[in-house]
Amino acid sequence: MTAIIEARGLGKQYRSRWALIDCTLSIPAGHVVGLVGPNGAGKTTLLHLVTGLLTPTAGTIEVAGGRPAASGAQLARVGFVAQDTPVYAAFSIADHLRLGAHLNPGWDAKLAADRIRRLGLDPASKAGRLSGGQRAQLALTLAIAKRPELLILDEPVASLDPLARRDFLRDLTDAVAEHHVSVVLSSHLVSDLERACDYLVVLTAAHVRLTGEVADLLTAYRQQAGMQADLEDLVLACLSQPADHHRYAPEENR
Amino acid sequence: MIWLTWRQFRAQTAVAVTALTAFAVILGVTGPDLAHAYAASGLASCRGNCTSLSGTFLSQVRSDAVYPLLYFAGGAALYLTPALIGIFWGAPLVTRELEAGTLRLAWNHSVTRTRWMAAKLGLIGLAAMATAGLLSLMVTWWSGPIDQAGGFPVTMGQLSRFSPLVFDARGFAPVGYAAFAFTLGVTVGVLTRRTLPAMAIVLACVAVVQLGWPTVVRPHLIPPATSTGTVSVNLSTARVGHEGELAVPVTGMPGAWIISNQTITPSGRVFVLPDVAACSTGTQQQCDRFLATQHLRRRITYQPASRFWAFQAYETAILAVLSLALAGFCVWWIRSRRLAR
Repeated sequence: MTAIIEARGLGKQYRSRWALIDCTLSIPAGHVVGLVGPNGAGKTTLLHLVTGLLTPTAGTIEVAGGRPAASGAQLARVGFVAQDTPVYAAFSIADHLRLGAHLNPGWDAKLAADRIRRLGLDPASKAGRLSGGQRAQLALTLAIAKRPELLILDEPVASLDPLARRDFLRDLTDAVAEHHVSVVLSSHLVSDLERACDYLVVLTAAHVRLTGEVADLLTAYRQQAGMQADLEDLVLACLSQPADHHRYAPEENR
Repeated sequence: MIWLTWRQFRAQTAVAVTALTAFAVILGVTGPDLAHAYAASGLASCRGNCTSLSGTFLSQVRSDAVYPLLYFAGGAALYLTPALIGIFWGAPLVTRELEAGTLRLAWNHSVTRTRWMAAKLGLIGLAAMATAGLLSLMVTWWSGPIDQAGGFPVTMGQLSRFSPLVFDARGFAPVGYAAFAFTLGVTVGVLTRRTLPAMAIVLACVAVVQLGWPTVVRPHLIPPATSTGTVSVNLSTARVGHEGELAVPVTGMPGAWIISNQTITPSGRVFVLPDVAACSTGTQQQCDRFLATQHLRRRITYQPASRFWAFQAYETAILAVLSLALAGFCVWWIRSRRLAR
Protein backbone atom coordinates (compact mmCIF):
# COMPACT_ATOMS: atom_id res chain seq x y z
CA MET A 1 0.00 0.00 0.00
CA THR A 2 1.33 3.46 -0.83
CA ALA A 3 2.07 5.91 1.97
CA ILE A 4 -0.16 8.97 2.20
CA ILE A 5 2.30 10.64 4.62
CA GLU A 6 6.00 9.89 4.39
CA ALA A 7 8.27 11.78 6.79
CA ARG A 8 12.00 11.23 7.21
CA GLY A 9 13.97 12.80 10.04
CA LEU A 10 11.41 15.62 10.15
CA GLY A 11 12.16 18.42 12.63
CA LYS A 12 10.86 21.92 13.33
CA GLN A 13 12.59 24.57 15.39
CA TYR A 14 10.96 27.77 16.63
CA ARG A 15 13.77 30.15 17.55
CA SER A 16 15.67 28.08 20.14
CA ARG A 17 12.98 25.51 20.91
CA TRP A 18 12.48 22.31 18.92
CA ALA A 19 8.76 21.56 18.58
CA LEU A 20 9.34 18.34 16.66
CA ILE A 21 12.48 16.22 16.55
CA ASP A 22 13.57 13.46 14.16
CA CYS A 23 10.08 12.36 13.19
CA THR A 24 10.07 9.42 10.82
CA LEU A 25 6.64 8.18 9.77
CA SER A 26 5.15 6.17 6.95
CA ILE A 27 1.40 6.16 7.18
CA PRO A 28 -0.40 3.97 4.61
CA ALA A 29 -3.38 5.39 2.74
CA GLY A 30 -6.91 4.40 3.68
CA HIS A 31 -6.69 4.76 7.44
CA VAL A 32 -8.26 7.00 10.02
CA VAL A 33 -5.18 8.00 11.97
CA GLY A 34 -5.40 9.25 15.52
CA LEU A 35 -2.59 11.61 16.52
CA VAL A 36 -2.47 11.60 20.30
CA GLY A 37 -0.30 13.44 22.77
CA PRO A 38 -0.51 15.89 25.65
CA ASN A 39 -0.89 19.62 25.03
CA GLY A 40 2.32 21.10 23.66
CA ALA A 41 3.65 17.76 22.42
CA GLY A 42 3.99 19.04 18.86
CA LYS A 43 0.76 17.75 17.30
CA THR A 44 -0.20 21.04 15.67
CA THR A 45 3.38 21.54 14.45
CA LEU A 46 3.34 18.09 12.80
CA LEU A 47 -0.05 18.75 11.19
CA HIS A 48 1.05 22.19 9.94
CA LEU A 49 4.12 20.55 8.40
CA VAL A 50 1.81 18.03 6.69
CA THR A 51 -0.41 20.82 5.29
CA GLY A 52 2.56 22.98 4.32
CA LEU A 53 1.57 25.87 6.58
CA LEU A 54 5.03 25.35 8.10
CA THR A 55 8.23 24.30 6.37
CA PRO A 56 10.53 21.82 8.11
CA THR A 57 13.78 22.92 9.73
CA ALA A 58 15.19 19.41 9.23
CA GLY A 59 14.26 16.33 7.23
CA THR A 60 11.71 15.85 4.47
CA ILE A 61 8.00 15.25 4.18
CA GLU A 62 5.86 14.02 1.31
CA VAL A 63 2.09 14.02 1.37
CA ALA A 64 0.08 12.14 -1.25
CA GLY A 65 3.24 11.93 -3.34
CA GLY A 66 4.24 15.61 -3.32
CA ARG A 67 5.74 18.39 -1.25
CA PRO A 68 3.02 19.99 0.90
CA ALA A 69 1.40 23.14 -0.52
CA ALA A 70 3.87 23.20 -3.42
CA SER A 71 1.17 23.85 -6.05
CA GLY A 72 -2.54 24.31 -6.48
CA ALA A 73 -2.91 20.66 -7.50
CA GLN A 74 -1.01 19.54 -4.39
CA LEU A 75 -3.14 21.77 -2.16
CA ALA A 76 -6.25 20.21 -3.72
CA ARG A 77 -5.17 16.77 -2.45
CA VAL A 78 -5.26 17.77 1.22
CA GLY A 79 -8.21 19.09 3.18
CA PHE A 80 -7.51 20.78 6.50
CA VAL A 81 -9.71 21.71 9.44
CA ALA A 82 -7.50 23.89 11.63
CA GLN A 83 -7.61 24.09 15.41
CA ASP A 84 -10.55 26.17 16.73
CA THR A 85 -12.08 25.68 13.24
CA PRO A 86 -11.57 29.21 11.89
CA VAL A 87 -14.24 30.60 9.58
CA TYR A 88 -14.91 34.10 8.25
CA ALA A 89 -17.24 35.58 10.87
CA ALA A 90 -18.74 38.12 8.45
CA PHE A 91 -19.43 35.53 5.74
CA SER A 92 -22.68 33.59 5.58
CA ILE A 93 -22.60 29.81 5.20
CA ALA A 94 -23.53 30.28 1.53
CA ASP A 95 -20.56 32.65 1.14
CA HIS A 96 -18.26 29.96 2.51
CA LEU A 97 -19.57 27.45 -0.01
CA ARG A 98 -19.12 30.01 -2.79
CA LEU A 99 -15.56 30.57 -1.55
CA GLY A 100 -14.94 26.83 -1.75
CA ALA A 101 -16.37 26.69 -5.27
CA HIS A 102 -14.21 29.60 -6.46
CA LEU A 103 -10.95 28.41 -4.92
CA ASN A 104 -11.14 24.66 -5.63
CA PRO A 105 -11.34 23.21 -9.15
CA GLY A 106 -12.53 19.87 -7.78
CA TRP A 107 -15.28 21.39 -5.65
CA ASP A 108 -18.32 19.15 -5.10
CA ALA A 109 -21.12 21.71 -4.81
CA LYS A 110 -23.82 19.09 -4.40
CA LEU A 111 -21.99 17.36 -1.58
CA ALA A 112 -21.49 20.68 0.23
CA ALA A 113 -25.12 21.80 -0.20
CA ASP A 114 -26.42 18.38 0.86
CA ARG A 115 -24.28 18.34 3.99
CA ILE A 116 -25.41 21.82 5.04
CA ARG A 117 -29.04 20.84 4.49
CA ARG A 118 -28.65 17.56 6.39
CA LEU A 119 -27.04 19.40 9.31
CA GLY A 120 -30.07 21.69 9.45
CA LEU A 121 -28.04 24.87 8.91
CA ASP A 122 -29.51 27.96 7.24
CA PRO A 123 -27.21 28.96 4.36
CA ALA A 124 -28.04 32.63 4.95
CA SER A 125 -26.87 32.70 8.57
CA LYS A 126 -23.57 34.40 9.36
CA ALA A 127 -20.74 32.09 10.34
CA GLY A 128 -19.92 34.36 13.30
CA ARG A 129 -23.27 33.47 14.89
CA LEU A 130 -22.86 29.68 14.69
CA SER A 131 -22.26 27.51 17.75
CA GLY A 132 -18.89 25.81 18.14
CA GLY A 133 -20.30 22.53 16.86
CA GLN A 134 -21.96 24.15 13.84
CA ARG A 135 -18.77 26.03 13.01
CA ALA A 136 -16.77 22.80 13.17
CA GLN A 137 -19.32 21.20 10.83
CA LEU A 138 -19.01 24.10 8.40
CA ALA A 139 -15.21 23.86 8.41
CA LEU A 140 -15.43 20.08 7.88
CA THR A 141 -17.86 20.61 4.99
CA LEU A 142 -15.41 22.99 3.30
CA ALA A 143 -12.57 20.50 3.74
CA ILE A 144 -14.55 17.49 2.49
CA ALA A 145 -16.25 19.18 -0.48
CA LYS A 146 -12.93 19.94 -2.14
CA ARG A 147 -12.69 16.13 -2.41
CA PRO A 148 -9.19 15.65 -0.96
CA GLU A 149 -7.25 12.40 -0.76
CA LEU A 150 -6.21 13.24 2.78
CA LEU A 151 -8.28 15.04 5.38
CA ILE A 152 -6.53 16.55 8.38
CA LEU A 153 -8.33 17.71 11.50
CA ASP A 154 -6.47 19.49 14.28
CA GLU A 155 -8.29 19.02 17.61
CA PRO A 156 -11.65 19.35 15.86
CA VAL A 157 -13.71 18.43 18.92
CA ALA A 158 -11.64 20.08 21.66
CA SER A 159 -14.06 22.96 22.12
CA LEU A 160 -17.26 20.94 21.71
CA ASP A 161 -19.57 19.65 24.44
CA PRO A 162 -19.82 15.84 24.75
CA LEU A 163 -22.98 15.56 22.67
CA ALA A 164 -21.66 17.73 19.80
CA ARG A 165 -18.39 15.81 20.06
CA ARG A 166 -20.13 12.46 19.56
CA ASP A 167 -22.23 13.80 16.66
CA PHE A 168 -19.22 15.33 14.96
CA LEU A 169 -17.13 12.16 15.19
CA ARG A 170 -20.03 9.98 14.00
CA ASP A 171 -20.61 12.30 11.07
CA LEU A 172 -16.90 12.28 10.26
CA THR A 173 -16.79 8.47 10.32
CA ASP A 174 -19.77 8.33 7.93
CA ALA A 175 -18.22 10.88 5.58
CA VAL A 176 -14.92 8.98 5.55
CA ALA A 177 -16.64 5.71 4.73
CA GLU A 178 -18.62 7.37 1.94
CA HIS A 179 -15.78 9.23 0.23
CA HIS A 180 -12.80 6.85 0.76
CA VAL A 181 -10.54 9.52 2.11
CA SER A 182 -7.57 9.04 4.46
CA VAL A 183 -7.88 10.98 7.70
CA VAL A 184 -5.52 12.27 10.36
CA LEU A 185 -7.27 13.45 13.49
CA SER A 186 -5.46 14.91 16.50
CA SER A 187 -6.59 15.04 20.10
CA HIS A 188 -5.22 15.01 23.60
CA LEU A 189 -8.02 12.66 24.63
CA VAL A 190 -7.79 9.01 23.61
CA SER A 191 -11.51 8.54 24.23
CA ASP A 192 -12.23 10.92 21.32
CA LEU A 193 -10.28 8.74 18.94
CA GLU A 194 -11.07 5.27 20.26
CA ARG A 195 -14.23 4.92 18.23
CA ALA A 196 -13.06 6.60 15.04
CA CYS A 197 -9.43 5.55 14.51
CA ASP A 198 -7.79 2.38 13.23
CA TYR A 199 -4.23 3.74 13.22
CA LEU A 200 -2.37 5.48 16.00
CA VAL A 201 0.53 7.92 16.29
CA VAL A 202 1.56 8.95 19.80
CA LEU A 203 3.57 12.12 20.19
CA THR A 204 5.13 13.43 23.42
CA ALA A 205 7.73 16.08 24.06
CA ALA A 206 8.42 16.62 20.35
CA HIS A 207 9.10 12.92 19.69
CA VAL A 208 7.03 10.23 18.01
CA ARG A 209 6.69 7.45 20.62
CA LEU A 210 4.46 4.92 18.96
CA THR A 211 3.00 4.34 15.55
CA GLY A 212 1.01 1.51 14.03
CA GLU A 213 -2.40 -0.01 13.42
CA VAL A 214 -4.57 0.03 16.52
CA ALA A 215 -5.39 -3.69 16.28
CA ASP A 216 -1.71 -4.70 16.08
CA LEU A 217 -0.69 -2.37 18.88
CA LEU A 218 -3.46 -3.64 21.16
CA THR A 219 -2.62 -7.30 20.46
CA ALA A 220 1.02 -6.73 21.33
CA TYR A 221 0.19 -4.69 24.41
CA ARG A 222 -2.35 -7.18 25.74
CA GLN A 223 0.31 -9.88 25.75
CA GLN A 224 2.11 -8.06 28.53
CA ALA A 225 -0.67 -6.08 30.22
CA GLY A 226 -3.57 -8.55 30.14
CA MET A 227 -6.58 -8.99 27.89
CA GLN A 228 -8.72 -6.32 29.51
CA ALA A 229 -6.21 -3.54 28.67
CA ASP A 230 -7.66 -1.01 26.23
CA LEU A 231 -6.31 1.71 23.97
CA GLU A 232 -6.32 4.28 26.75
CA ASP A 233 -4.11 2.05 28.97
CA LEU A 234 -1.77 1.54 26.05
CA VAL A 235 -1.40 5.27 25.37
CA LEU A 236 -1.00 6.07 29.06
CA ALA A 237 1.71 3.43 29.40
CA CYS A 238 3.41 4.90 26.36
CA LEU A 239 3.20 8.47 27.68
CA SER A 240 4.67 7.51 31.06
CA GLN A 241 7.81 6.04 29.49
CA PRO A 242 10.97 8.05 30.25
CA ALA A 243 11.72 10.72 27.67
CA ASP A 244 14.95 9.20 26.35
CA HIS A 245 13.08 6.15 24.99
CA HIS A 246 12.16 7.26 21.54
CA ARG A 247 9.96 4.27 20.82
CA TYR A 248 7.66 2.28 22.97
CA ALA A 249 8.52 -1.39 23.39
CA PRO A 250 5.51 -3.18 21.80
CA GLU A 251 6.42 -1.99 18.34
CA GLU A 252 9.83 -3.61 18.65
CA ASN A 253 8.18 -6.87 19.77
CA ARG A 254 6.29 -7.18 16.54
CA MET B 1 -9.45 34.76 -5.90
CA ILE B 2 -11.19 37.69 -7.60
CA TRP B 3 -14.46 36.70 -5.99
CA LEU B 4 -12.92 36.23 -2.53
CA THR B 5 -11.00 39.52 -2.72
CA TRP B 6 -14.17 41.35 -3.75
CA ARG B 7 -16.27 39.64 -1.06
CA GLN B 8 -13.78 40.59 1.67
CA PHE B 9 -13.25 44.10 0.31
CA ARG B 10 -16.76 45.21 -0.63
CA ALA B 11 -17.37 47.18 2.59
CA GLN B 12 -14.20 49.20 2.01
CA THR B 13 -15.20 49.69 -1.63
CA ALA B 14 -18.56 51.07 -0.50
CA VAL B 15 -16.83 53.56 1.81
CA ALA B 16 -14.48 54.69 -0.96
CA VAL B 17 -17.30 55.05 -3.52
CA THR B 18 -19.43 57.02 -1.02
CA ALA B 19 -16.56 59.39 -0.20
CA LEU B 20 -15.70 59.90 -3.89
CA THR B 21 -19.35 60.53 -4.75
CA ALA B 22 -19.70 63.12 -1.98
CA PHE B 23 -16.57 64.88 -3.21
CA ALA B 24 -17.75 64.73 -6.82
CA VAL B 25 -21.09 66.33 -5.89
CA ILE B 26 -19.55 69.14 -3.82
CA LEU B 27 -16.82 69.94 -6.35
CA GLY B 28 -19.20 69.43 -9.29
CA VAL B 29 -21.66 71.99 -7.88
CA THR B 30 -19.07 74.67 -7.06
CA GLY B 31 -16.49 74.04 -9.81
CA PRO B 32 -18.39 75.50 -12.79
CA ASP B 33 -18.95 78.78 -10.88
CA LEU B 34 -15.23 79.05 -10.17
CA ALA B 35 -14.43 78.33 -13.82
CA HIS B 36 -16.99 80.95 -14.85
CA ALA B 37 -15.39 83.56 -12.55
CA TYR B 38 -12.03 82.73 -14.16
CA ALA B 39 -13.44 83.16 -17.66
CA ALA B 40 -15.05 86.47 -16.66
CA SER B 41 -11.76 87.78 -15.22
CA GLY B 42 -10.23 87.88 -18.70
CA LEU B 43 -7.23 85.82 -17.58
CA ALA B 44 -7.85 83.12 -20.16
CA SER B 45 -7.21 85.51 -23.06
CA CYS B 46 -4.50 87.54 -21.30
CA ARG B 47 -1.04 87.62 -22.93
CA GLY B 48 2.00 89.27 -21.42
CA ASN B 49 1.80 90.76 -17.92
CA CYS B 50 -1.38 89.49 -16.29
CA THR B 51 -0.40 90.22 -12.68
CA SER B 52 -3.19 92.68 -11.99
CA LEU B 53 -5.87 90.50 -13.64
CA SER B 54 -4.82 87.43 -11.63
CA GLY B 55 -4.60 89.60 -8.48
CA THR B 56 -8.22 90.67 -8.93
CA PHE B 57 -9.39 87.13 -9.64
CA LEU B 58 -7.50 85.61 -6.71
CA SER B 59 -8.67 88.20 -4.19
CA GLN B 60 -12.20 87.46 -5.37
CA VAL B 61 -11.55 83.73 -4.74
CA ARG B 62 -9.97 84.44 -1.38
CA SER B 63 -12.85 86.54 -0.11
CA ASP B 64 -15.43 83.94 -1.18
CA ALA B 65 -17.24 82.00 1.56
CA VAL B 66 -16.60 78.49 0.24
CA TYR B 67 -13.73 78.53 -2.27
CA PRO B 68 -10.88 78.80 0.29
CA LEU B 69 -12.46 76.04 2.39
CA LEU B 70 -12.87 73.71 -0.59
CA TYR B 71 -9.42 74.53 -1.95
CA PHE B 72 -7.71 73.47 1.28
CA ALA B 73 -10.14 70.59 1.94
CA GLY B 74 -9.30 69.14 -1.47
CA GLY B 75 -5.58 69.35 -0.79
CA ALA B 76 -5.97 67.89 2.69
CA ALA B 77 -8.07 65.02 1.34
CA LEU B 78 -5.35 64.10 -1.15
CA TYR B 79 -2.69 64.17 1.56
CA LEU B 80 -4.81 62.04 3.90
CA THR B 81 -5.95 59.49 1.31
CA PRO B 82 -2.61 57.61 1.01
CA ALA B 83 -2.28 57.42 4.80
CA LEU B 84 -5.86 56.18 5.18
CA ILE B 85 -5.35 53.61 2.43
CA GLY B 86 -2.16 52.37 4.09
CA ILE B 87 -3.80 52.19 7.51
CA PHE B 88 -7.18 50.72 6.66
CA TRP B 89 -6.58 48.76 3.45
CA GLY B 90 -2.90 47.84 3.62
CA ALA B 91 -2.00 47.11 7.24
CA PRO B 92 -4.96 44.84 8.10
CA LEU B 93 -4.88 42.89 4.82
CA VAL B 94 -2.83 40.00 6.25
CA THR B 95 -2.80 40.78 9.99
CA ARG B 96 -6.60 40.66 10.34
CA GLU B 97 -6.65 37.12 8.93
CA LEU B 98 -3.63 36.19 11.03
CA GLU B 99 -5.33 37.44 14.20
CA ALA B 100 -8.62 35.72 13.39
CA GLY B 101 -6.81 32.51 12.41
CA THR B 102 -8.54 32.50 9.02
CA LEU B 103 -5.25 32.30 7.07
CA ARG B 104 -5.28 28.61 8.00
CA LEU B 105 -8.64 28.42 6.23
CA ALA B 106 -7.69 30.62 3.27
CA TRP B 107 -4.40 28.87 2.57
CA ASN B 108 -5.80 25.33 2.45
CA HIS B 109 -7.88 25.67 -0.66
CA SER B 110 -6.42 24.83 -4.04
CA VAL B 111 -4.80 28.26 -4.42
CA THR B 112 -1.16 28.75 -3.50
CA ARG B 113 -0.14 31.45 -1.06
CA THR B 114 1.73 33.21 -3.85
CA ARG B 115 -1.43 33.55 -5.92
CA TRP B 116 -3.48 34.52 -2.87
CA MET B 117 -1.05 37.33 -1.98
CA ALA B 118 -0.57 38.47 -5.58
CA ALA B 119 -4.32 38.67 -6.21
CA LYS B 120 -4.95 40.65 -3.03
CA LEU B 121 -2.05 43.03 -3.68
CA GLY B 122 -2.96 43.49 -7.33
CA LEU B 123 -6.70 43.99 -7.02
CA ILE B 124 -6.79 46.12 -3.87
CA GLY B 125 -3.69 48.00 -5.05
CA LEU B 126 -5.57 48.91 -8.24
CA ALA B 127 -8.57 50.00 -6.17
CA ALA B 128 -6.28 52.22 -4.04
CA MET B 129 -4.73 53.78 -7.14
CA ALA B 130 -8.12 54.32 -8.77
CA THR B 131 -9.49 55.99 -5.62
CA ALA B 132 -6.57 58.40 -5.31
CA GLY B 133 -6.51 58.97 -9.08
CA LEU B 134 -10.21 59.88 -9.28
CA LEU B 135 -9.95 62.17 -6.27
CA SER B 136 -6.89 63.89 -7.74
CA LEU B 137 -8.65 64.26 -11.09
CA MET B 138 -11.56 66.04 -9.40
CA VAL B 139 -9.39 68.29 -7.23
CA THR B 140 -6.99 69.12 -10.07
CA TRP B 141 -9.92 70.03 -12.31
CA TRP B 142 -11.67 72.10 -9.61
CA SER B 143 -8.45 73.97 -8.66
CA GLY B 144 -7.50 74.51 -12.32
CA PRO B 145 -8.53 78.20 -12.47
CA ILE B 146 -6.69 79.02 -9.22
CA ASP B 147 -3.57 77.10 -10.30
CA GLN B 148 -3.59 78.85 -13.71
CA ALA B 149 -3.76 82.21 -11.99
CA GLY B 150 -0.52 81.31 -10.21
CA GLY B 151 -1.88 79.67 -7.09
CA PHE B 152 -3.85 80.49 -3.98
CA PRO B 153 -2.68 83.79 -2.40
CA VAL B 154 -1.10 83.44 1.04
CA THR B 155 0.93 85.81 3.26
CA MET B 156 4.22 85.17 1.48
CA GLY B 157 3.30 85.02 -2.20
CA GLN B 158 1.24 82.25 -3.78
CA LEU B 159 0.73 78.52 -3.38
CA SER B 160 1.48 77.46 -6.94
CA ARG B 161 0.65 73.87 -7.91
CA PHE B 162 4.43 73.29 -7.96
CA SER B 163 4.94 74.43 -4.35
CA PRO B 164 5.74 71.68 -1.81
CA LEU B 165 2.37 72.01 -0.05
CA VAL B 166 0.31 71.58 -3.21
CA PHE B 167 2.38 69.38 -5.53
CA ASP B 168 1.31 66.02 -4.07
CA ALA B 169 -2.36 67.02 -4.31
CA ARG B 170 -2.32 67.47 -8.09
CA GLY B 171 -1.88 65.38 -11.21
CA PHE B 172 -0.96 61.69 -10.91
CA ALA B 173 1.45 61.89 -7.95
CA PRO B 174 -1.40 60.85 -5.58
CA VAL B 175 -1.72 57.58 -7.56
CA GLY B 176 1.93 56.81 -6.78
CA TYR B 177 1.47 57.70 -3.12
CA ALA B 178 -1.63 55.52 -2.85
CA ALA B 179 0.19 52.50 -4.33
CA PHE B 180 3.18 53.12 -2.08
CA ALA B 181 1.13 53.57 1.11
CA PHE B 182 -0.93 50.45 0.37
CA THR B 183 2.03 48.15 -0.31
CA LEU B 184 3.88 49.67 2.64
CA GLY B 185 0.85 48.89 4.84
CA VAL B 186 0.77 45.25 3.72
CA THR B 187 4.55 44.93 4.20
CA VAL B 188 4.53 46.39 7.70
CA GLY B 189 1.55 44.16 8.56
CA VAL B 190 3.35 41.06 7.31
CA LEU B 191 6.44 41.97 9.35
CA THR B 192 4.74 43.03 12.61
CA ARG B 193 1.93 40.43 12.36
CA ARG B 194 -0.34 42.67 14.45
CA THR B 195 -2.87 45.18 13.13
CA LEU B 196 -2.63 48.10 15.57
CA PRO B 197 1.18 48.47 15.65
CA ALA B 198 1.21 48.09 11.86
CA MET B 199 -1.35 50.90 11.50
CA ALA B 200 0.68 53.24 13.73
CA ILE B 201 3.95 52.48 11.92
CA VAL B 202 2.33 53.00 8.50
CA LEU B 203 0.87 56.36 9.55
CA ALA B 204 4.29 57.51 10.78
CA CYS B 205 6.12 56.25 7.66
CA VAL B 206 3.67 57.82 5.19
CA ALA B 207 3.82 61.15 7.05
CA VAL B 208 7.64 61.07 7.05
CA VAL B 209 7.72 60.36 3.30
CA GLN B 210 5.15 63.07 2.52
CA LEU B 211 7.00 65.65 4.62
CA GLY B 212 10.53 64.58 3.73
CA TRP B 213 10.08 64.13 -0.02
CA PRO B 214 9.70 67.83 -0.98
CA THR B 215 12.78 68.83 1.03
CA VAL B 216 15.08 65.82 0.68
CA VAL B 217 14.28 64.13 -2.62
CA ARG B 218 12.31 66.34 -4.98
CA PRO B 219 14.76 69.27 -5.33
CA HIS B 220 17.41 66.86 -6.65
CA LEU B 221 15.31 65.06 -9.28
CA ILE B 222 16.29 67.69 -11.86
CA PRO B 223 19.02 70.27 -11.06
CA PRO B 224 17.28 73.59 -10.36
CA ALA B 225 17.68 76.65 -12.59
CA THR B 226 19.38 79.75 -11.22
CA SER B 227 18.53 83.34 -12.06
CA THR B 228 20.27 86.50 -10.90
CA GLY B 229 19.07 90.03 -11.58
CA THR B 230 18.88 93.52 -10.17
CA VAL B 231 16.24 94.15 -7.58
CA SER B 232 14.89 97.11 -5.73
CA VAL B 233 14.51 96.33 -2.06
CA ASN B 234 11.51 97.70 -0.23
CA LEU B 235 11.31 96.85 3.44
CA SER B 236 7.50 96.98 3.41
CA THR B 237 7.42 93.85 1.20
CA ALA B 238 10.80 92.19 1.72
CA ARG B 239 11.12 89.48 4.33
CA VAL B 240 13.96 89.92 6.83
CA GLY B 241 15.57 86.73 8.11
CA HIS B 242 17.05 85.90 11.54
CA GLU B 243 20.58 87.02 10.57
CA GLY B 244 19.35 90.19 8.83
CA GLU B 245 19.38 88.66 5.34
CA LEU B 246 16.68 89.86 2.95
CA ALA B 247 14.28 88.07 0.59
CA VAL B 248 12.37 90.12 -1.95
CA PRO B 249 9.16 88.35 -3.09
CA VAL B 250 9.37 86.96 -6.63
CA THR B 251 6.72 88.10 -9.08
CA GLY B 252 6.35 87.32 -12.76
CA MET B 253 7.14 83.61 -12.43
CA PRO B 254 3.64 82.14 -12.11
CA GLY B 255 3.62 78.44 -11.38
CA ALA B 256 7.35 78.13 -10.70
CA TRP B 257 8.72 76.44 -7.58
CA ILE B 258 11.08 78.90 -5.85
CA ILE B 259 13.57 76.79 -3.87
CA SER B 260 15.78 79.60 -2.55
CA ASN B 261 15.63 83.38 -2.77
CA GLN B 262 18.62 85.43 -1.63
CA THR B 263 19.55 89.10 -1.86
CA ILE B 264 23.26 89.37 -2.66
CA THR B 265 25.92 92.06 -2.84
CA PRO B 266 27.64 92.93 -6.17
CA SER B 267 30.51 90.61 -5.14
CA GLY B 268 28.04 87.71 -4.84
CA ARG B 269 27.91 87.33 -1.06
CA VAL B 270 24.62 87.10 0.80
CA PHE B 271 23.64 90.59 1.85
CA VAL B 272 23.00 91.17 5.58
CA LEU B 273 21.43 94.36 6.92
CA PRO B 274 24.45 96.34 8.20
CA ASP B 275 24.56 98.23 11.46
CA VAL B 276 24.25 101.68 9.87
CA ALA B 277 22.35 104.65 11.31
CA ALA B 278 19.85 104.75 8.40
CA CYS B 279 18.58 101.23 9.19
CA SER B 280 19.14 100.93 12.98
CA THR B 281 17.67 104.24 14.11
CA GLY B 282 16.26 105.81 10.90
CA THR B 283 12.81 105.45 9.31
CA GLN B 284 11.92 102.76 6.82
CA GLN B 285 12.24 105.27 3.95
CA GLN B 286 15.75 106.22 5.07
CA CYS B 287 16.76 102.57 5.20
CA ASP B 288 15.19 101.90 1.75
CA ARG B 289 17.16 104.86 0.33
CA PHE B 290 20.35 103.44 1.84
CA LEU B 291 19.63 99.99 0.36
CA ALA B 292 19.04 101.52 -3.09
CA THR B 293 22.65 102.72 -3.11
CA GLN B 294 24.05 99.21 -2.45
CA HIS B 295 23.52 97.76 -6.01
CA LEU B 296 21.83 94.73 -4.54
CA ARG B 297 20.84 91.84 -6.72
CA ARG B 298 18.49 88.88 -6.24
CA ARG B 299 19.63 85.31 -6.80
CA ILE B 300 16.91 82.63 -6.97
CA THR B 301 17.14 78.93 -7.56
CA TYR B 302 13.90 77.52 -8.88
CA GLN B 303 12.18 74.89 -10.95
CA PRO B 304 10.37 76.53 -13.89
CA ALA B 305 6.63 75.98 -14.19
CA SER B 306 7.21 74.05 -17.42
CA ARG B 307 8.87 71.20 -15.47
CA PHE B 308 5.72 70.47 -13.43
CA TRP B 309 4.67 67.37 -15.37
CA ALA B 310 8.24 66.05 -15.63
CA PHE B 311 8.43 66.18 -11.83
CA GLN B 312 5.02 64.53 -11.52
CA ALA B 313 6.24 61.72 -13.81
CA TYR B 314 9.55 61.21 -11.95
CA GLU B 315 7.91 61.17 -8.54
CA THR B 316 5.15 58.79 -9.59
CA ALA B 317 7.64 56.50 -11.32
CA ILE B 318 9.88 56.31 -8.25
CA LEU B 319 6.90 55.57 -6.01
CA ALA B 320 5.66 52.95 -8.48
CA VAL B 321 9.04 51.19 -8.43
CA LEU B 322 9.07 51.31 -4.61
CA SER B 323 5.54 49.89 -4.54
CA LEU B 324 6.46 47.04 -6.87
CA ALA B 325 9.51 46.26 -4.73
CA LEU B 326 7.37 46.21 -1.56
CA ALA B 327 4.75 44.03 -3.25
CA GLY B 328 7.44 41.64 -4.44
CA PHE B 329 8.84 41.51 -0.93
CA CYS B 330 5.40 40.66 0.49
CA VAL B 331 4.92 37.80 -1.97
CA TRP B 332 8.41 36.48 -1.27
CA TRP B 333 7.94 36.74 2.50
CA ILE B 334 4.56 34.98 2.43
CA ARG B 335 6.08 32.26 0.27
CA SER B 336 9.23 31.60 2.24
CA ARG B 337 8.18 32.42 5.79
CA ARG B 338 5.34 30.57 7.32
CA LEU B 339 2.92 32.92 9.03
CA ALA B 340 0.66 30.29 10.54
CA ARG B 341 0.61 30.08 14.29
